[in-house]
Amino acid sequence: MAAFLEVQNLVKSFGTNTVVKGVNFAFDKGEFISLLGPSGCGKTTILRMIAGFERPTSGAIRIDGEDLTHLKPNQRKLGMVFQAYALFPNLTVGDNIAFGLKIAGMPADQRRARVEEMLRLIGLPGFEKRYPYEMSGGQQQRVALARAIAPKPRLLLLDEPLSALDAKIRVSLREEIRAIQRDLGITTVFVTHDQEEAMSISDRIVVMNAGNIDQMGSPHEIYNRPATRFVAGFVGQLNTLPEATFGPNRAIRPELISLAPRPDTDTTLTGTISDVGFLGSVVRLRVDVAGTPINIDTFNSHSTTPPQRGDTITLHLATKDVLTLGA
Amino acid sequence: MKSDKFWAWLVFILGSAYFVVPLAATFEFSLRMRRGEYSFDAYASVFSDPYFASSFTYSVVVGLFTIIVGIFVVVPAVYFVRLRMPWLKPIMEFITLLPLVIPALVLVYGYIRLYGSSSFIPFTGSVLGTDILLTCAYVTLALPYMYRAVDNGMRTIDIGTLTEAAQIAGANQLQIIAQIILPNILVAILSGAFLTFAIVIGEFTIASLLNRPAFGPYLVGIGTNRAYEPAALAIISFIITWGAMGMINVLGRFAPRTSARTD
Ligand SMILES: Nc1ncnc2c1ncn2[C@@H]1O[C@H](COP(=O)(O)OP(=O)(O)O)[C@@H](O)[C@H]1O
Ligand SMILES: [Mg+2]
Repeated sequence: MAAFLEVQNLVKSFGTNTVVKGVNFAFDKGEFISLLGPSGCGKTTILRMIAGFERPTSGAIRIDGEDLTHLKPNQRKLGMVFQAYALFPNLTVGDNIAFGLKIAGMPADQRRARVEEMLRLIGLPGFEKRYPYEMSGGQQQRVALARAIAPKPRLLLLDEPLSALDAKIRVSLREEIRAIQRDLGITTVFVTHDQEEAMSISDRIVVMNAGNIDQMGSPHEIYNRPATRFVAGFVGQLNTLPEATFGPNRAIRPELISLAPRPDTDTTLTGTISDVGFLGSVVRLRVDVAGTPINIDTFNSHSTTPPQRGDTITLHLATKDVLTLGA
Repeated sequence: MKSDKFWAWLVFILGSAYFVVPLAATFEFSLRMRRGEYSFDAYASVFSDPYFASSFTYSVVVGLFTIIVGIFVVVPAVYFVRLRMPWLKPIMEFITLLPLVIPALVLVYGYIRLYGSSSFIPFTGSVLGTDILLTCAYVTLALPYMYRAVDNGMRTIDIGTLTEAAQIAGANQLQIIAQIILPNILVAILSGAFLTFAIVIGEFTIASLLNRPAFGPYLVGIGTNRAYEPAALAIISFIITWGAMGMINVLGRFAPRTSARTD
């Protein structure tokens, strides 16, 4: 089966500054894809080229085999959610959601039914008469989502839709977005710089670094088998191990080091605790192993108090968990 | 602290007096048409003059056309410059300031040279042509105000993102301007419109040199021929102008509200 969303050798330069440097990917219908990378790596630019707001310098974008490159944004039948909500301030919630339907010429009674259906889907039934400024940020962004999916777009594009929200709503809304996306089976491209966000909701993640794709894969693959040093460092926490014992470019995740031996551990390190961070369910220890700082995550326990600063402790780890970092 | 307040009040009172005293004196004078007592005779005389009604109506109609043409010229221009050609903005600012720098007299002499009855485009050859020319001149005069009002209106909304949100929903450029941009800057446009109106109602130079029966030349004509009526007229036009300004303030409360809430 051919891929549903296909991006081929996509390049974008602004003047002499090339910000997207030959990107390729292909995804199936119904997948939730995240473009993940630090700020400025070209994620938004790729999304905007898919939407049609930027013209690629070269390369092709296809949906269901159709080349989009020469279509205007209003001919592409896509939905998009922006970081700053971008609801139309002069229109009610109902009219915002119905905007695309009206443009497409849907009769008024069908529009009303669809708006009602959308409001139920986003958990805001009965809000059609409200104005955007009367609603919280989370509610506004849900309306923006409803507006984007009401015309049944071929593809849903989300550009950091949660970045403007407080931490709590960010988590609940991302779960809601994922649930709605699964429900409708709509192919979705989600741009974020937050690796935890990308990990928690994506089928597949595209990790970007300075205009290139460093790795593509499921969250599990990316976390456990990072392809480059950049990916390993960007996705999750990482400890570089002392070169004297392990050789160059060897690293391990904090949660794979334990304070007590496990059946699979075969190596020990001794160090002094330099810092103890209590994060709730997790206690993060910073240990100084002969000058190399190593972070360890252990689960909080009711019965035992965490180790203290200055304590000398032995760390246990398994050689099979040690990552070798490439370029 | 106390003395700070004292000086602030003193300056405020002096400033107010500078505006209020001549106004009060004019008003007082306008009431003295009848010997020995105050009356509104001067106002009655003004309102009963058929030229008052006809010239005022003429200026109101020209004012309305000026506003409509001004909106059609300024709104798309500001929108596209902000959206597509932001580098043109300083040039726009400069051009829209020119009418404040170039005297109306220069403008109208230019018009007469360019569009006079012996030229290739003889606008001044017919009444309708002259009215059109007058409207165009007023659009130019009002440009600094209309431009700034509309530009301020567009500054308060994120026209770039709103345009993109409408575009991806399938809207074309015309639908975006008519259904999203215009309604969101309506209050700003109206405040520009009231300023335009205030300018057109009182304008003398151009209307007089193009020989059109506008309110401004009527005011001046009365001023040279009568004693009490000019004072009454001054008060009337003052009330009209301030009415227009007051409307701008009232309308400000209906501006569309956006909220960047994070909750
Ligand atoms: N319209 C533009 N003109 C010039 N440079 C741009 C433009 N848009 C983006 N860029 C540049 O492209 C780079 C990537 O931007 P962007 O795609 O927004 O990054 P991200 O979304 O990953 O943070 C940045 O260095 C940015 O300055
Ligand atoms: Mg971005």
